[in-house]
Amino acid sequence: MSERYLLGNEAIGRACLEANLDFASGYPGTPSSEIVDFLRYQKEREFYVEWSVNEKVAFENALGAAWTGVRSLVTMKHVGLNVAADPLMTSGYTGIKGGMVIVSSDDPYAHSSQNEQDSRNYAAFAKVPCLDPGDIQEAYSMMVSAYDLSEESGLPVIFRPTTRICHSKSNVSVGESGQEHRTAAFEKDPKQFVVIPVHTRVLHKKLNEKQKGLAERLVEMGFNRAEVRGKTAVVAAGISASYVEEIIPDDVSFAKIGAYPIDEEWLGEFAGKHEKILVVEELSPVVENVLRQVSCGAEVFGKKNGCVPYEGELDPASVALAFEKAGFEHKYEYTVPEPVRDLPPRPPILCAGCGHRAAFYAMKKVFGSKAIYPSDIGCYTLGIQLGTVDTTICMGASITVGSGIASAGEENDVVCSIGDSTFLHTGINGLINAAYNGANITVVILDNRITAMTGHQPNPNTGMTAKGVLSPSISLETLCRSCGVSFVETIDPYDLTGTLKMFEKAKAKKGVKVIIARQPCVIDAKRSGIKRKPVTVDAEICTGCGLCVKFGCPAIEFTDKKASVNSLCMGCGVCADICPAGAIRPEGKR
Amino acid sequence: MSESFDLLIVGVGGQGTVLASNIIGESCLIEKRSVRSAETHGMAQRGGSVETHIRIDGKYGSLISPGTADLIISFDLLEALRYSHFLKKGGKIISSSGIIVPVSAFQQNLEIPTPEELIERMSGFDLTVIDAEKIAGEAGSLLSQNVVMLGASASALPLKVESMTEAVQSLVPPKTVEINTRAFEYGFKAAQNNIS
Repeated sequence: MSERYLLGNEAIGRACLEANLDFASGYPGTPSSEIVDFLRYQKEREFYVEWSVNEKVAFENALGAAWTGVRSLVTMKHVGLNVAADPLMTSGYTGIKGGMVIVSSDDPYAHSSQNEQDSRNYAAFAKVPCLDPGDIQEAYSMMVSAYDLSEESGLPVIFRPTTRICHSKSNVSVGESGQEHRTAAFEKDPKQFVVIPVHTRVLHKKLNEKQKGLAERLVEMGFNRAEVRGKTAVVAAGISASYVEEIIPDDVSFAKIGAYPIDEEWLGEFAGKHEKILVVEELSPVVENVLRQVSCGAEVFGKKNGCVPYEGELDPASVALAFEKAGFEHKYEYTVPEPVRDLPPRPPILCAGCGHRAAFYAMKKVFGSKAIYPSDIGCYTLGIQLGTVDTTICMGASITVGSGIASAGEENDVVCSIGDSTFLHTGINGLINAAYNGANITVVILDNRITAMTGHQPNPNTGMTAKGVLSPSISLETLCRSCGVSFVETIDPYDLTGTLKMFEKAKAKKGVKVIIARQPCVIDAKRSGIKRKPVTVDAEICTGCGLCVKFGCPAIEFTDKKASVNSLCMGCGVCADICPAGAIRPEGKR
Repeated sequence: MSESFDLLIVGVGGQGTVLASNIIGESCLIEKRSVRSAETHGMAQRGGSVETHIRIDGKYGSLISPGTADLIISFDLLEALRYSHFLKKGGKIISSSGIIVPVSAFQQNLEIPTPEELIERMSGFDLTVIDAEKIAGEAGSLLSQNVVMLGASASALPLKVESMTEAVQSLVPPKTVEINTRAFEYGFKAAQNNIS
């Protein structure tokens, strides 16, 4: 054992090493990405690791691996589990041979997500166990045990940390890496692995029969535990338990739920010893629903009577407020001061020199403000500040939503934007469909050759795998043509004149037009040693028109009615092309 | 009120708040104290406002509730004011004197408060302002501003200067150990002078 200061995701990755992990796959998504990143950066690696093109692909790879008897891991964020929901729903039926853990990281408060869904619902839906750690040390130990639980029950296990586990750090006691790696060997067993109806009916019954024993086992393993200390009780789940533990008085009983399904008999027995029970959990009332069913006699407080919010993230002060609403005492008095409101906001923005900004600028200039701009999930969603993001729903949906809008009869131009990783994730199907059905749209693939938003993970477009091995970079041009698109053109967004011309050309044509705007992510380019001289502003010539500032680059400032360039400038030179007075000079443009 | 010393490090994405948090965390490990921290990842790294919560001797969750922080270390004056509601009564702010003007201010023609106005609005707090940029330059690299700020905060933290120095030296890139050690020392001295 040694003591380390670790990010939750690093602790989860390390636990996999102790558990003798053999196979890891995943698709990056905040807050889950650092788990596979941790694994792929291990110098001595005795397991397979990959970034997959999407979560369904990653899931099925890990499931296949687990069927061969090795221990597998698949990671994603909560909304990624929607993409992998199809195989998930049947994976409980087939079960697994080697342990399989599905990490689905939830994001209460949607810090960097499109919704706040709760993966615990998926676990119940798929009838597989779900582990919900309360702190980083527990995330570590639970993750090691998750593999034993998976093999013992023959089921894949969902591991559901929340943002506040994934992106918190603490001192963690960690064990040694395991040395007992297994060899994959698939044994044919159609009755288990071929879900034709005659097999499925049997498998479903077996899965249902496992549930009761599973619930009891989770109590035995100490994931669900309770201590009776008085006549009132608080039941808390996952990270909420740590907030409750901070403020709960010593004479109030406490039950911590860390795993599902909950043993109803066990919870009912605990409930029966109390007069008043408060349930504290983030997002869905999963524990509360069970407790309300088993707590005959006790008065239950929680989301359903307004004590705990259904949305957002909890913290000690908000849990204290829930205690107050339920008439419970707590250890600390919190006053909630108002934040300062009149300050200029500082939302995340596209980086200085980002090629996406230039592509969006040209797009807006050619297609205008009446055009409809469906967009997608990635850095480029920040293009909303440039007025070129009108819709965002989920990965890959810009092309499908866009073709839907166009085919419904919308008369204005429809210009979709999608990143390279997102296009490979689930954009391709939409493009095939749009070309096949003759949609009238322009698709701009914002190709920065990396999955940038989540921390620069490679994808099939990068030319490198998760292990750092060189691999053929996919040809987006050939791929798009083979989807049935005849107008496929590639532009350099730093070349504003050429980019504008190409957008004009696409605007003039009917049908599906694909424009690939290719320029490596500036952060990546900088790391790989590409240097361009920053631009300079001639204050004598600057008329103070402000067009350069509207471009939204953080390297351009505006003081005393004159533009100036700060140290963030990456030298892309696009602002020099925008400046009507010719006051901005691209010193070392390419 | 709580048993831990609760610290917020705030700034703008890219200023090195995560490294600063790692140095504090490592100092706690050196002193065999428990520590919890929560940091901003993903979207907020793109030049957005970032915050790291650190609870020295923390045993529970990593989140600090508004109105309860003992100390705020800010790498930007504007961000110092933005997060000031996290401070408890009698809490302390140590901020860099610089301001990175948000792009939104230029785009939407918003009024940008001057450093003097920001300092005035924080006059109710125990505020120390450090010219981290200048000091980092003197230490040898503008990139060491985050370590300058840690040095400046050292006497306000319940940690030994020796363990913090050791943590700085073990965590910064090997080539920059000398510069960062100097940055830490200069920051420490600047805060002493500022207070006296």
